[in-house]
Amino acid sequence: MVSADPIIEIDNLHVRFGPQQVLRDITLSVPRGQTLAIIGESGCGKTVLLKSIIGLIRPQQGHVEFDNQRMDRLREREIAEQRTRFGFVFQNSALFDSMTVAENILFPLKQHRPKERARFQGELLERLAEVGLPTSVLSKRPAELSGGMRKRVGLARALIMQPEVLLYDEPTTGLDPIVSDVINELMMRTRDSYSVTSIIVTHDMKSACKVADRVVMLYPLTRLETDERQTIFDGEPEETELSSDRRVTQFVRGEAGDRLLEMRDRGVVDEA
Amino acid sequence: MSTGADYSSPGLPRRGVLGAIYNSFADLGAWILTAIETLGDMTLFAWRTVVWLFTRLPRRATLVSNMYQIGVLSLPVVALTGTFIGMVLAVQSFTQFRSFGLETQLGGVINKSMLRELGPVLAATMLAGRVGSAMAAELGTMRVTEQIDALSSMGTNPIQYLVVPRFLSCLLLIPALTVMAVFMGVVGGAGYCIFVLDIDIHHYTSNANKFVENWDLFYGVTKSIFFGATIGVVSCYRGFHCEPGAEGVGSAATTAFVQSFVAIIVLDLFLSILLDTIYLMIWSDAPMMLGA
Repeated sequence: MVSADPIIEIDNLHVRFGPQQVLRDITLSVPRGQTLAIIGESGCGKTVLLKSIIGLIRPQQGHVEFDNQRMDRLREREIAEQRTRFGFVFQNSALFDSMTVAENILFPLKQHRPKERARFQGELLERLAEVGLPTSVLSKRPAELSGGMRKRVGLARALIMQPEVLLYDEPTTGLDPIVSDVINELMMRTRDSYSVTSIIVTHDMKSACKVADRVVMLYPLTRLETDERQTIFDGEPEETELSSDRRVTQFVRGEAGDRLLEMRDRGVVDEA
Repeated sequence: MSTGADYSSPGLPRRGVLGAIYNSFADLGAWILTAIETLGDMTLFAWRTVVWLFTRLPRRATLVSNMYQIGVLSLPVVALTGTFIGMVLAVQSFTQFRSFGLETQLGGVINKSMLRELGPVLAATMLAGRVGSAMAAELGTMRVTEQIDALSSMGTNPIQYLVVPRFLSCLLLIPALTVMAVFMGVVGGAGYCIFVLDIDIHHYTSNANKFVENWDLFYGVTKSIFFGATIGVVSCYRGFHCEPGAEGVGSAATTAFVQSFVAIIVLDLFLSILLDTIYLMIWSDAPMMLGA
């Protein structure tokens, strides 16, 4: 259930890498229990925004508040403690390739709850069943698994600490349509059974429409004037199709539009 | 991901001879600024590692597996290198010493060189290549595949989990490996002198005992502790700051070796000066050099 009380508040966030500004004046409030999809084309700063939320990237200006606490004012140890309340599913799963699947899934528990060793096995099997993987994968190394299986192991690892917020970075990218739908289904099931707040960074509109309650679209700063806002859409998934902003409707429908003209001007597309 | 400053020359490059001179100065300035920034960043990285080292010791299993990789697996190659350096020293010095009729003094020369200089420096160089590059490549791959971000996102500090055990293994085992290299060098040099060059065993060993002091062992091991710490910090830093892609990982491994090597050579000079000064302060009437 979505509540009115925000769990994450992003205020006036600016991020730059050297001379390149990636995020400008992002202000966003995520209510507890909401499933938010952040959409936008590659390079618009979606992943940077996601990583800024848990402090993996430090903003040059602005801040993120999690559960009424400013992340930038916390000490290293306190940030680490707060991060255990998050689950992060990485784009390429980011499983530790020197460990087995079981060691990967149990890693956060071993690090933060070493004294509760007795319940490790039960938790492991439960999480594995939740993501629909057989126990035979437990002794395998991540390199021996398919992309979809790795993603599911990544989700099981993110769920093991029973997080309050789940952050998904491109959960369906690089997967075939069937496995993508399995992942969508898993995200919905997780939302329902754990009542977590989810933030999904994606450019898969089908996934965003199926899973999310709310969609926010970011636009690359390189294509914006200095006075334009980077958040060009914020609303329900169904409203994206009806948006008066052509940039939004083109993205949702997957139409290149002006980009083809740009490419033609640069001589990439042969007019003949 | 780095959010560091960009020091490349501002504006468009100028043309003509004066422009070329201007650009060279601008590039040199940018290089110096980047080098100072990297050195500062590396020092902070080392400081954070040391703070974590005293805050929370790594788990035994993590430490043991790192020590095995860094120490045990390096043993054969370090022992082999040490043996051959000892033998080469014997070959190189023999002709010159024989012309003065001093070939029985070779034990002193070989052992002192091995203990004070060649053992620590060559073992450290060898380990910067074997251990340092491997650590930089491993951590670099973890950076590129977001495994380091994954660690942070799960509330585990990557410096504490990844760097501290590697640093500690380098700090403890590189001196131990240096002792091994020195021992094998002493054995190799003695073996070659006694069995191949036919130097009298009694004179060889008595001269070796006369010229080599405990201080020489302390001298070499002290240097190797610093070399070990340097290899650990530089290699882990390069891995953590790896650029994306296969090229980034390759470059992290190469840079880790080159920077460790340069640091070892520079440190060697300053440590030698420092240790000799300390020696003179403690034993001011003692002879500094062999045969002096």
